[in-house]
Amino acid sequence: MSVTRLNKTVPAILAFLFSCAPELVLADYRLNMTQGATTISKQVYDLHMLTFWMVSSIGLIVFGLMIWSIIHHRKSRGVKAAQFHHSSRWEAVWTIIPILILLTFAAPATKTLIMMDDTEDTDMTIKVTGYQWKWHYDYLDEGLSFFSTLAPEHNKARQTGSNIDVTKIENYLLEVDNPLVVPVNKKIRILITANDVIHAWWVPDLGWKRDAIPGFVNVNWTELTEPGIYRGQCAELCGKDHGFMPIVVKAVTETEYKQWIEQTKATQEAAVAGADREWALAELIERGQAVYSTNCAGCHQTNGQGLPPTFPALTGSPVATGPIENHIEVVVNGRTGTPMQAFGKQLNTVDIAAVVTFERNALGNSVGDMVQPAQIPAAR
Amino acid sequence: MSEAVMHDIHHDHHPEGLRRWLFTTNHKDIGTLYLCFSLFMFFVGGAMAMVIRAELMAPGLQYVEPQFFNSMTTMHALIMVFGVVMPGTVGFANWLLPMMIGAPDMALPRMNNWSFWILPFAFTLLLLTLFLPSGGPAGGWTMYPPLMLQTETAFPFVIFAVHFMGVSSIMGAINIIATILNMRAPGMKLMKMPLFVWTWLITAFLLVASIPVLAGAVTMLLTDKFFGTSFFDAAGGGDPVLFQHVFWFFGHPEVYILILPAFGIISQVIPTFARKPLFGYASMVYATCSIAFLSFLVWAHHMFTVGMPLAAELFFMYATMSIAVPTGVKIFNWLATMWRGEMTFETPMLFAVAFVMLFTVGGFSGLMLGIAPVDFQYHDTYFVVAHFHYVLVTGAVFAMMSGVYYWLPKWTGHMYDETLGKLHFWLSVVSVNVLFFPQHFLGLAGMPRRIPDYSTQFAEWNAISSMGGFVFGASQLILLWVIIKCVRGGEKATNQVWEGASGLEWTLSSPPPYHSFVTPPTIEDVTSHS
Repeated sequence: MSVTRLNKTVPAILAFLFSCAPELVLADYRLNMTQGATTISKQVYDLHMLTFWMVSSIGLIVFGLMIWSIIHHRKSRGVKAAQFHHSSRWEAVWTIIPILILLTFAAPATKTLIMMDDTEDTDMTIKVTGYQWKWHYDYLDEGLSFFSTLAPEHNKARQTGSNIDVTKIENYLLEVDNPLVVPVNKKIRILITANDVIHAWWVPDLGWKRDAIPGFVNVNWTELTEPGIYRGQCAELCGKDHGFMPIVVKAVTETEYKQWIEQTKATQEAAVAGADREWALAELIERGQAVYSTNCAGCHQTNGQGLPPTFPALTGSPVATGPIENHIEVVVNGRTGTPMQAFGKQLNTVDIAAVVTFERNALGNSVGDMVQPAQIPAAR
Repeated sequence: MSEAVMHDIHHDHHPEGLRRWLFTTNHKDIGTLYLCFSLFMFFVGGAMAMVIRAELMAPGLQYVEPQFFNSMTTMHALIMVFGVVMPGTVGFANWLLPMMIGAPDMALPRMNNWSFWILPFAFTLLLLTLFLPSGGPAGGWTMYPPLMLQTETAFPFVIFAVHFMGVSSIMGAINIIATILNMRAPGMKLMKMPLFVWTWLITAFLLVASIPVLAGAVTMLLTDKFFGTSFFDAAGGGDPVLFQHVFWFFGHPEVYILILPAFGIISQVIPTFARKPLFGYASMVYATCSIAFLSFLVWAHHMFTVGMPLAAELFFMYATMSIAVPTGVKIFNWLATMWRGEMTFETPMLFAVAFVMLFTVGGFSGLMLGIAPVDFQYHDTYFVVAHFHYVLVTGAVFAMMSGVYYWLPKWTGHMYDETLGKLHFWLSVVSVNVLFFPQHFLGLAGMPRRIPDYSTQFAEWNAISSMGGFVFGASQLILLWVIIKCVRGGEKATNQVWEGASGLEWTLSSPPPYHSFVTPPTIEDVTSHS
């Protein structure tokens, strides 16, 4: 290409690129790891950048030499091949230099690892339990616990053929109904375990992920300094809805945290209130619908048709239209060897009564019977 | 030599049609079967990759249900690992090892037949699960319990398919060891063997040592599911993490089983086209041995996030980093082989050079992944997906493509179409980078692997990656066409085929006689390792 043509071509290309610029800027072409919001995450980021620059410079040298060789040492240039095939000196050089480079990573990596491992002297403890497909948070010092699931709007949009434009939904798939609220400037011990299969609890801004393993408890810690919302999601394949169990951590000031604890406790008490009173059919169905869409619709589907054979339909099923005692039994104790969980451990008695009643009188079923919350404890 | 060739042709008769292929004990026929099987499975596994990339092209669920998506990722991996790369490299071994060491055939020809013919049954069993009412396996190719134990009807099919594949591999490996150690022509000392023979000898030992471990792991899964044991069930006193330790004790040597034969191929191709002997032959052999040895000491870097004691994390981190040293030696030796050579860039060399560069990129991300505290961020993200596709696609698969173009004239007796070959290379090398390089960014930005739908912040790079994927997938049809065209005819290939080629296989005619080296060749006049 001649210089004059180059002079014309380059501005043309630049003009084209600038005309695309608004789109390029709007689009989210994020390239790198987050620096995060904790001491750990910043150290991890620094280590990441150290190794990145190191391997990039090695790459530059190796690829540079290779390209130089490809350009110059080719037959078409009339060169004659040298016949050397051994050099102890050079082989020693490219054995020893990499060892030295590795030592420069190993030292800071060891330091960071030791710091991450130090779970002593924490101010509070939260136990995180992975379920298929939601998280359970237990504030061990407060006696407060709840489930955190994908927010309903997002859950609706992500169904196949929902015809909802997901790009219009803010933080699509990274929003939950009940976020994990934590105070800033507290060293929090986070215990991680699981109820069914292995999950992994990961919030990139905290700088680590950890597997949630049924029967074992992993201990970690974090300390956030800036109030804010930090998002993440499950990082270990845990079945069908692995992609749909996000994590939202909301860091607030200590006063706000105290208020939130009080409020949440009050709301939870209100929710279980009425466990011993008589409920009307319509009332239970209404509440049951909400419980169903959060806990059951993922597998049995919003319309009750399920995804047979793994996730059976509830519409016209022998359980949902057969004896009610059996129906309650299945919901409360689950079915071993299948993904059907024991919801007796996850839902309060009002919710269980509501969802059973809903399933028998909606989703195309019309058995007509119902169960009162007061009757549930016997089955549990 | 020509006398021996004439003698061979005299005995060149064999059954025709289906019987020839079913009952063959000839290493060349079995090599062809392995290679064709590998190519076929490459398209089957590739089709699954296309389903995955189509679903990931845009956020939201468009084409498949999450469960089916998971079984696509699971099957894609099982097929590509056990159905494409492993049989493919065994195909190269079958065709080439006897010709390279001057042996008439493999040491155990009947077992050779059996180890191939198990494979179609194993993969039929595996693929049939997709047609079961409850679908195929969807717990990932790593088969971690307890999730794997939730697999329904497909479960025993998968376990037995894996057992079959394992039996096939072990028999293949025993055959290769027996052949290399017993059947070398007089004068073919171990340190004179071509590097491809060396890497396969070491790979075969890795197979014999590691595949039984996988068999043990999946058998424990089977008894946990059907016979009431609780090896991996904490409620019964077991430990789900035990499976991961056992699996990766197989799984890490397995990655070297996939890549060492590729190193061997590249070590044959580069000297030929640089017209210069391989640099540092002895250090290549020692580096391969030390990689193989270290591969048994680093398994837990696949599971840094399960929560191991600090001492274990540190041990596995240091051990993993140390593998970079012998791997670096190999890269530098290839570079030194090219240095001051007299290079030409026919398709095999193009793929070999792309291999050296892109495998190095995969090695760099591998080194980054080995730093345990940073792996807590990288683990199970698309950064890992990018890493292992760089080492397996632009690594193992590119090396196999290089090998196919390199030896195809020898195997068929015809030159392949160089223009089509170059077109295949350039389309592949550009699209494969468009496909996998953005996945580094996705992983760093926080996208986990094995998810069918994702937050909209990941949309752009996923769309680009998918487009690269479709082009890469379509480009492979050119490879198929080149091979078919070359088998059916073309310019007659000479014995040596390539100006710079040296080694025993190039002293035979192209195609070689059905039974070659019935009389052992004399080694003195041949530079055995180039």
